[in-house]
Amino acid sequence: MTEEKALYNYLIRLGDNALILGQRLGEWCGHAHQLESDIALTNVALDQIGQARLLLSEAANLQGEGKSEDHLAFHRDEQDFRNNLLVEMENGDFGQTITRQFLFDVYQYHLLKAFCKSENDFLKAFAEKSIKEVTYHRSLSRDWMVRLGDGTENSHQKMQDAINLLWQYTGELFEMDESDEVLMEAGIVPDLSEIKSIWDKEVKTVIDEATLAIPDTRGFMATGARKKGEHTEYMGYILSEMQYLPRSMPDAKW
Amino acid sequence: MTDQKNDNSEQGILWEVFVQAKPGLAHKHSGSLHATDAEMALKSARDVYTRRSEGVSIWVVPATEITATTEGDSDSFFDPADDKVYRHPTFYTVPEGVKYL
Repeated sequence: MTEEKALYNYLIRLGDNALILGQRLGEWCGHAHQLESDIALTNVALDQIGQARLLLSEAANLQGEGKSEDHLAFHRDEQDFRNNLLVEMENGDFGQTITRQFLFDVYQYHLLKAFCKSENDFLKAFAEKSIKEVTYHRSLSRDWMVRLGDGTENSHQKMQDAINLLWQYTGELFEMDESDEVLMEAGIVPDLSEIKSIWDKEVKTVIDEATLAIPDTRGFMATGARKKGEHTEYMGYILSEMQYLPRSMPDAKW
Repeated sequence: MTDQKNDNSEQGILWEVFVQAKPGLAHKHSGSLHATDAEMALKSARDVYTRRSEGVSIWVVPATEITATTEGDSDSFFDPADDKVYRHPTFYTVPEGVKYL
């Protein structure tokens, strides 16, 4: 595999994570339990969409077929998306959304921190810009984890249910393939097993502080699914909502 | 949640938000919001009142901590200043280029 092809694959993976998570968070617009949280979640959604735009534009440049970020976002089918399953998971209640966000924020933060030392100029510049946003996301979701986990009996139980449901999707965040190996060799991306040990430690600290428990999960969902373009049952619904307009009216402009 | 034990509202208590637009300027009242603790109030204030780059610093204050004048105070508090024009610096020429005076 050439370095260019590996980088394309990697950018698509990062871009799809940001895009799908942004789309998921956007579903909260007008639905959160109070105006303050509604705006907070949609702010995070917009940050993710902004990141997705940068990543998918760069991927489209690398691809060199004259396609745009929009083409990659709206005209690929489900099996061509390479996001992690965690970001597709349903919003559920506010606690479940926060838990998904927290698990992902810690991952994304440490990944970006590693990209700040990347040999690739784009990835380095992208990380230096985005890490400020993600530092805030991580602080926001951490606060809510503790506030709700160490809150009332009801909020504690909802948070524990959310962790029990989502934990099995976290293993996939750290799966590596040939693209990772090629890019690691070139000093462009980090070894995800190193990110995992930092992630494990930080997530455990916060979950402890929130008086919650990490479930005794024996196996993780979807080993190797991303490589084959396999997704959860939710992905089709996300894409049909997200892609409907650009597909039915291809030249529609604001 | 430990900050406000006597809170019985699901939305938390009311906080007043003050935003400083630039370093050196005074914090100005931007509005209010609901939160259960100070940290949550600060983050919500950031999301609600500074997402279009309105500020560089935020203060949040529980609305109950603010002591305000009432309408009944108006006569004794403010009216006596009405006829004392000599308290205004209108007898000076302000040099050109002085801002925020």
